Amino acid sequence: MTSATLRHSVWILRGNPLTGVAAAGVLLLVLVAIFGPWLVPYDPVVSNVSESLQPPSAAHLAGTDQLGRDVFSRLVVAARLDLAIAVSAVGISFVIGAVVGSFCGYAGGRLDRSVGRFVDVMMAFPLFVLAMAMVAALGNRIENIVIATAIINLPFYIRFARAEVNVRRNVGWVEAARSCGESHFSVVLRFLLPNILPAMAVQISLNLGWAILNAAGLSFIGLGVKPPTPEWGIMVAEGARFISTGRWWLVAFPGLALMMAVLCFNLLGDGMRDILDPRMRT
Amino acid sequence: MVMTGLGATVARAGRRLLSSLPALFGVLVFTFLLMRVLPGDPAVFFASGPNAGKEEIEQIRKQMGLDKSVPEQLVFYLSDIGRGNLGRSMMTGQPVLKDLRERLPASLELTFTALLIALLAAVPLGVVAALKPGSLVDHGVRLFCALGVCVPTFVSGLLLIYVFYYLLGLAPDPTGRIDVFTSLPPQRTGFLSVDFLLAGDIEGWWAACKQLILPALSMALFVIAPLARITRASMLVSLGSDFVRTARSVGLSWQKVVVTYALRNAILPVITIAGIVFSTMLGANVLVEKVFSWPGVASYALDALLSSDYAPVQGFVLLMAGIFVLVNLAVDICYGIADPRVSIG
Repeated sequence: MTSATLRHSVWILRGNPLTGVAAAGVLLLVLVAIFGPWLVPYDPVVSNVSESLQPPSAAHLAGTDQLGRDVFSRLVVAARLDLAIAVSAVGISFVIGAVVGSFCGYAGGRLDRSVGRFVDVMMAFPLFVLAMAMVAALGNRIENIVIATAIINLPFYIRFARAEVNVRRNVGWVEAARSCGESHFSVVLRFLLPNILPAMAVQISLNLGWAILNAAGLSFIGLGVKPPTPEWGIMVAEGARFISTGRWWLVAFPGLALMMAVLCFNLLGDGMRDILDPRMRT
Repeated sequence: MVMTGLGATVARAGRRLLSSLPALFGVLVFTFLLMRVLPGDPAVFFASGPNAGKEEIEQIRKQMGLDKSVPEQLVFYLSDIGRGNLGRSMMTGQPVLKDLRERLPASLELTFTALLIALLAAVPLGVVAALKPGSLVDHGVRLFCALGVCVPTFVSGLLLIYVFYYLLGLAPDPTGRIDVFTSLPPQRTGFLSVDFLLAGDIEGWWAACKQLILPALSMALFVIAPLARITRASMLVSLGSDFVRTARSVGLSWQKVVVTYALRNAILPVITIAGIVFSTMLGANVLVEKVFSWPGVASYALDALLSSDYAPVQGFVLLMAGIFVLVNLAVDICYGIADPRVSIG
């Protein structure tokens, strides 16, 4: 980062301090995901029936569930799994989507148009249903939640990379690279892809939040993660049975965790977009 | 001139319809193949009992066409669809078409209500935010939108149940479309709230509305954000344009300028997003349907999926594809009505 970019970033951050807060939130989330299991006051899977369904107190910050497990400890430990699912899913779709989209955008023509049309239709299709069907077909395991989430994220990356490469395919430095004898292959991978990476980073941050929601939704309906594994979506599902008898903490705290995680990624993405492309500021 | 405008709209909608067919076909074939790898053997399920002999299972497999190769099965499946036969569900024992027809109105009623609530909230919010960009109101709307897309529908649904059912006692027991003891109105539209009104049963109508409002609200909360954002962005462009300046300079009232001129010109992108939101909601509301035990098509497909019953899932995807096409057509036609210039181009 050059000093000018740095100054610009600081200036933007001053105008929108939320981005800094969001970045701190994401950092906190990552730290919790890494060190969580060593920080928690209780074992997240050991049940203690004598203390079941207690409301939040000093001993149990977020109360206890129907088996007497400490909800706070489960929330903290779950961060790793939720984050890991989202990050690996978005990682896979980013790598594949960026490469496929870049080549389509660079090649143009009929292939590009039909890929574009297909992606448009995919995006308007109920993607969550597609993810559901994929997890059910491939088997009810965590890896398959990752694969399904990656596949339904793919259209967004293909479309984004395509559009970004398309506007750059005939600019001067691409012409220059070609005239220096670089193959089309290397023009795309060594010149165009690195150039669109910053813009893709924004997309990644916005997408991580969406991926977290999707994965949580899948495990909420009973696909993928199985109890007693601590995971935010399944915790909400388990707590749902007790909501109409007033045990709000079983749903509210995992819900809050999901919300804060998604909010941080979204705000960070918005902030990064402001830094990268001041014209896009809304 | 009107005729040519209408004709152009239809032609344009038709062209777009045709160009989306290959992708839809792709989705259909994809789901078909996906369903073939579902765990579980349907022939064993249909057999007389757990002790059914190998021969009996072979027989059933032959009946169902499962002994053929996958491409052959695909051809049979497509020709069945052509004849309106979506197969039979193993869970309910009924033809899938019948099941879907019974359950679709529930999903549509929920989704339409949610979309209506979302639009009624989002358009005014977006307009108010665009009128004073940078003001407190604008920031408030932005905060609300940022929070709205972060709360999963299943969490907001459950929290709404906690507040309105458990704490306040305003909402009825959150299961299904209507109390089991209420007598149903004669079915005309399939939308309970409309059917009760047609039957003149105000009490029943109110009961149906009370069941409907919480699930619809939790879905609406999630989609207000994209709608309000696009309204704000497109209103900003429209308010900054020359025709608004002209309208103001000739002395038209501010209200007339905003509502009649600026908003009408800003509404096109909102329609597009509303179309997308509608078809996504129909699928994604499986979460809400599950929370509120709503007997819709998405929860039907989910139950089928979890018990390896693939005919309903395929039928559901086909239905979604059909609705997707219809929604796109509707959006195209709304375009032509909202902005006659579109159909001339």
